[in-house]
Amino acid sequence: MKSTRAKAGIASLLILLSFSTAAWAEKILTVMTHDSFNVSKSVIETFEKNNGATVRFMKSGDAGAALVQAILSKKNPLADVFFGVDNTFLSRALQADIFVPYNSPLLAKIPVRLQLDKTNRLLPVDYGDVCLNYDKKWFANHKISPPADLADLIKPEYMGLTVVENPATSSPGMAFLLATIGRFGEDGYIEYWKQLRKNKVIIAGGWEDAYFGHFTAASKGDRPVVVSYASSPPAVVHYSEKPLTKAPTAALVSSNSAFRQIEFAGILKGTKERKLAEKFIDFMLDIQFQEDIPLQMFVFPANTEARLPEIFIKFATVADKPAMVSPKSIETNRDKWIEAWTTAVLR
Amino acid sequence: MKSTGYSGKWLLLALPLLYLTLFYFYPLIKICLISFFPNGTWEPEKLHSLFSTSIYLKIIWFTTWQALLSTLLTLIFALPGAYIFARYNFFGKNLLQAVMTIPFVLPTVVTAAAFRALLGNNGLLNSWLVTAFDLAAPPIRIDQTFYFFVLAHIFYNYTLVLRIVGNFWAGLDPHLKSAATMLGASPTKTFFRITLPLLLPAIGSATLLIFIFCFTSFGVILILGGPGNSTIEVEIYRQAVQLFNLPMAATLSLIQICINFFLMWLHARLGKNSTIGFFGDSAQETATRTKTTLQKTIVAINLLFMILLLLSPLLALVIRSFSGKNGPTFAYYLALFTTQTRSVFSVPPISAVINSVGFGIGAMIISVGLGLLASTYLASKKGRHTTMWDAIIMLPLATSAVTLGFGYIITLNTPPLNLRDSLALVPIAHSLVAFPFVVRCILPSLRQIPDNLREAALLLGAPPLKIWQKVDIPIIKKAVATGGVFAFSISMGEFGASTFVTRPHTATIPVAIFRFLGQPGDLNYGQAMAMSTILMLVTSTAFWLIGRLDTPRPEKDIV
Repeated sequence: MKSTRAKAGIASLLILLSFSTAAWAEKILTVMTHDSFNVSKSVIETFEKNNGATVRFMKSGDAGAALVQAILSKKNPLADVFFGVDNTFLSRALQADIFVPYNSPLLAKIPVRLQLDKTNRLLPVDYGDVCLNYDKKWFANHKISPPADLADLIKPEYMGLTVVENPATSSPGMAFLLATIGRFGEDGYIEYWKQLRKNKVIIAGGWEDAYFGHFTAASKGDRPVVVSYASSPPAVVHYSEKPLTKAPTAALVSSNSAFRQIEFAGILKGTKERKLAEKFIDFMLDIQFQEDIPLQMFVFPANTEARLPEIFIKFATVADKPAMVSPKSIETNRDKWIEAWTTAVLR
Repeated sequence: MKSTGYSGKWLLLALPLLYLTLFYFYPLIKICLISFFPNGTWEPEKLHSLFSTSIYLKIIWFTTWQALLSTLLTLIFALPGAYIFARYNFFGKNLLQAVMTIPFVLPTVVTAAAFRALLGNNGLLNSWLVTAFDLAAPPIRIDQTFYFFVLAHIFYNYTLVLRIVGNFWAGLDPHLKSAATMLGASPTKTFFRITLPLLLPAIGSATLLIFIFCFTSFGVILILGGPGNSTIEVEIYRQAVQLFNLPMAATLSLIQICINFFLMWLHARLGKNSTIGFFGDSAQETATRTKTTLQKTIVAINLLFMILLLLSPLLALVIRSFSGKNGPTFAYYLALFTTQTRSVFSVPPISAVINSVGFGIGAMIISVGLGLLASTYLASKKGRHTTMWDAIIMLPLATSAVTLGFGYIITLNTPPLNLRDSLALVPIAHSLVAFPFVVRCILPSLRQIPDNLREAALLLGAPPLKIWQKVDIPIIKKAVATGGVFAFSISMGEFGASTFVTRPHTATIPVAIFRFLGQPGDLNYGQAMAMSTILMLVTSTAFWLIGRLDTPRPEKDIV
């Protein structure tokens, strides 16, 4: 009985030792992120080779859930770097005080309008415009002109054509609600949504459900208009079963009808790999990583020197004038806006 | 080894309780404390809306009655199925039982896709009706309605009744019924006076499990029920993640736990008193071939119903995974197995299968082990406070996945329990949900073992372990297998808290499905459907194998 216990003790010691030697041999950088994060293997290998380190990714649910987990674990952080705070959650992240400032030299290559955190605790990595997508073929077949503006959706001829995501449970849904607030103002957006409701809009729980469950261009659904990203059309071409020369869907990015989601990365307070984490932030903002972003995550790189892949140049659009709502205002009013929206649209 | 008194029995419960304390109570209590006292002080203003509006009362009410209705309907539809599986043999029975369990592992988004392919506005049935009757609009409109998610709840939980009640029923001594009939009781009277009372423990187990599942329903309500319908679980997620109102999320979690605890306690109390020692020799196969026309009709109607409700949506998925823009295609499978995208997260399907099955087996071993220990204690007449322990063991099932997942983040973070980003946490989180399940499967059978059987063995000088091996095990074998099947499925389908357990990138089948569904493009959707088909294939094969091990084949007719 005693000898087995001793053996077990020795065995567990050996296991512990082997783990710690592994840790000595190579530094490990842990990156906490949301489920939609993606990057090419070769890109990460470059970083690992240049720094003699291993990068470990920890996917922690959707963007909101991942951030809450990072905040909850702030006394004993799970990771060194966090990627995926967007501007709708920016204020919450900064208030929780979980990031350390880092003035990356690469910020010089990133437009100032994307740098929403002046303390540089959160640095912009990519952006994407949440907007309406429509099924080109459906509108051609039905001889209706596709929507050209948010206001079109409440016209009678667009009755029963739209599906959006619930802002209370989905991040593109929240972004679209913010687009309508930016566009129609705090006094006008509820009236717009009431009209949308009259026009039989479908509210889906999340993006997957809206796009693959209801959108005519992607499923057996019956809605030719869906809330998605301005970069969804190139993704449709890229991931087509048969090669396409034209995008079957189009994004509506007319002035004040899209909301720009900017995604940030930051170094978590309490990291033991501060230097390596800084290097990783630089790496994320540098050309190689930035040029990998479009075809992995289907959003736009923040670094202006990054070249876009051809499929993006051909099929993607960028909103010239996205609807604006400040992160601070979002955090203070999120509860109120969602509540008002829920009452107007669902109850 | 002679201590079979209180102290000995306590040891049986010690391990399950230690497990629950570490992986359930500790994270749960700590997350609640942190939520309520974020800065060491009680900040009640965030709970203000709980009392100032009637919204939460409405949500609690809705959650309760939809769960009640879903449970009731599942029982009504599934009990006849349990009957024919218990009493008749027919071609492909084992395979059918394996297939009937598939819904249990399907991610909600996939189930939604399956039902829409059949019943959606542009689904198969609607297009057919529109063409057949020359209609202007699709006649069936159930998407985002109450009916849709109740239907999905039946779809998911049907197999629970089929397996738990069906297997128990198969173990009932058929001679009892014959005796009653010989004494002149009508078939109806025999059913209500003899069979039903004997079945009650198993029906009770199934009912409780279905109710808890429907009560804590998240994805089904979110996707199929539409945004107007919100359960407590959906609201907890909304409060915690979207609004970052942790005190409210914790309060709602506690309300959810309390309601369910009361029901579980009630169930445990009733279950304790319903130990009637009439049990057949379960090693004997009691099912017979269908003989009369009436029997054949009953079996046929049931099978038809199962095929319509359960099989056709599954089939729709399989078909979808083979349909391209211009007719049938293997493109999605080809893409799945050959063109790996360059992403760090993409894994070959075979690795995803291996990971899923590995976690599944791990979770199955842990939960069957703990389940056997706990139910042996609960079934024994000598155990103290068994009603309370019974209810406590069930708690993880009724606990919000969001809350518990967040609890893991803040607790299991220091050596020796630095598990929060370890792979071990995945089977642990799965077995936390699966273990109470196993107890519910085993306990009714264990309680049916007449005491005099054990006493006789004891008198004949058999040691306790031998008694357990020779008396208990043969009788509960089928129930243990059932529990194992569900533990495995719970893990394969990634239930509950595991969704919120962070982990290094070890892709399982559901993770792969979600990765494909995260980006537009028909190749992504097609690959998600192909991966779902693989999930169905892997799970049904596993169930079929377990089924074959479980049933001895001699065909025996009982007169």
